[in-house]
Amino acid sequence: MIDHIELLRMIENDARLTNEDMAVRLGVTEEELAKEIKYLEDEKIILGYTTNINWEKQLPEHCIGMIEVRIAPTKGKGYDQVANILSKYDKVSACYLMSGGFDLMVIYEDKSLRDIANFVNQKIATQEGVLSTTTHFILKKYKANGIMFDAQDSDDRQAVIL
Amino acid sequence: MSDYTDKISDVVNQVPPSAIRRFFDLANEMKGNVISLSIGEPDFVTPWSIREAGINSLRDGYTHYSPNSGYIEARTAICDYISRRYSVSYDPKSQILITVGGSEGLDLVARALINPGDEVIIVEPCFVAYKATVMFAHGVPVVISTKEENDYKLMPEELEAAITDKTKYLILGYPSNPTGAVMTHEDLCAIRDVLVKHPDIMIISDELYCELNYLSDRPASLIQFPELADRTVMINGFSKSYAMTGWRIGYCIGPKPVIAAMTKIHQYCIMSSPSTSQFAVIEAAMNGDAAIEEMRNEYNHRRRVLLKGLADAGLKCFTPYGAFYAFPSIEGLGMKSDEFCERFLLEKKVAIVPGKAFGECGEYHVRISYAASIDNIKEAMVRLKEFVDDIKKGNG
Repeated sequence: MIDHIELLRMIENDARLTNEDMAVRLGVTEEELAKEIKYLEDEKIILGYTTNINWEKQLPEHCIGMIEVRIAPTKGKGYDQVANILSKYDKVSACYLMSGGFDLMVIYEDKSLRDIANFVNQKIATQEGVLSTTTHFILKKYKANGIMFDAQDSDDRQAVIL
Repeated sequence: MSDYTDKISDVVNQVPPSAIRRFFDLANEMKGNVISLSIGEPDFVTPWSIREAGINSLRDGYTHYSPNSGYIEARTAICDYISRRYSVSYDPKSQILITVGGSEGLDLVARALINPGDEVIIVEPCFVAYKATVMFAHGVPVVISTKEENDYKLMPEELEAAITDKTKYLILGYPSNPTGAVMTHEDLCAIRDVLVKHPDIMIISDELYCELNYLSDRPASLIQFPELADRTVMINGFSKSYAMTGWRIGYCIGPKPVIAAMTKIHQYCIMSSPSTSQFAVIEAAMNGDAAIEEMRNEYNHRRRVLLKGLADAGLKCFTPYGAFYAFPSIEGLGMKSDEFCERFLLEKKVAIVPGKAFGECGEYHVRISYAASIDNIKEAMVRLKEFVDDIKKGNG
């Protein structure tokens, strides 16, 4: 019997592990493992396999905005209508309904501050029901998706008698 | 003065130097190119919340001695942990002493209990300090050699045969360094049955690896038998389970008069354990269960990867279910464990430890630690297969 949480933690940490690798680590057969992964995919518990990329290293021009959006809820549809429309934009990497002083948190990635400003102006502010926006820009990433950006991984333990 | 032999005490001269010192020096010199599966300590860094508790104590100015037996908050947190994990209660005021690692506990217990000539039963292969601490305290080690076919467990008849009227105590270390063997509650019941017949024998249970048990999510221990409670001392610590080796912090728990005797020695020799580490330990004992579990799962994955690698390399290995070691056999390859490890290090640049270092019965075995990254374990096993194939070709 495969512990789903143990499997998910492992695959979340490294999506490139082969089925053989994972089966050895969990002490099961490859067939058992493949069956469980298919189940988790079918149930939409595993939604996809992505890579953690430090885009700032690859693209000199890369900018992330976190945009707070206040909304007047639409009758019958609440906040979902605006959230669904904004989520359709490819450059929106995340969209959350929030508690507190605003309603939606939209994460938007583009080449420059100006691109983000244009998106806010032209695409968000113009949506029916949007009352106001507040835009924050990310200055530096220290940790994202559980990964520290400048973590050292060398093993510098010295031999000791024990 | 060139010859110091007669200046150094007889007992220190009699304890042989560590069999693996030279080997480790060699490995340290080659450092950089070498994959080390030789070190008996976690590769994880101490979980952050535990480190932070230590840092905060420094910031708040707790830079003084603690009470001799440790801060009462730390003793209470540890007793709560023991009660939670082992379902056994101890009085934090009188039944626990906080020590400098588990190793100090081994030394204290030997000096507190042994009169010259007393026998101490040691179950090999085992941690290298058991024999030495007994000898430093003028005791006589009586060795039981456990067998691979018994999964390196202590068998009740082996214990019975080793007991004499001079036996002072038995020291038991499971989950085991170096074999990775564990003893379950049922196994320990059989040992209990022998011990109840010999009510004068003290029992020392070294459980540094208690949380690294892949058979059960609860530790099994001799302290769980009420009929042995008045003569069982548990030596434990945070080094292995919580990845806190460098903090040098452990503890002993047991009957009040024994803990008092140990505390007497501790207060003259050590005074008190590091205060910073004690604050870290409060956090570890109170809130560390989830962090331990995460590390245990990761070790378990590595254990399976290592066992598969050993099987692929053609080495026979009994299945270890504890600690972070495997103890495969190299029998039939035509060399002793010393030579095997030295050649493996020089030819394939992988450091592992000769089994003989842990007792005569460890000969023709090697200790491999899987407290290392999976990538390193896999690469080391590829090299091990090459090495074993080379030997077989040479022998053929």
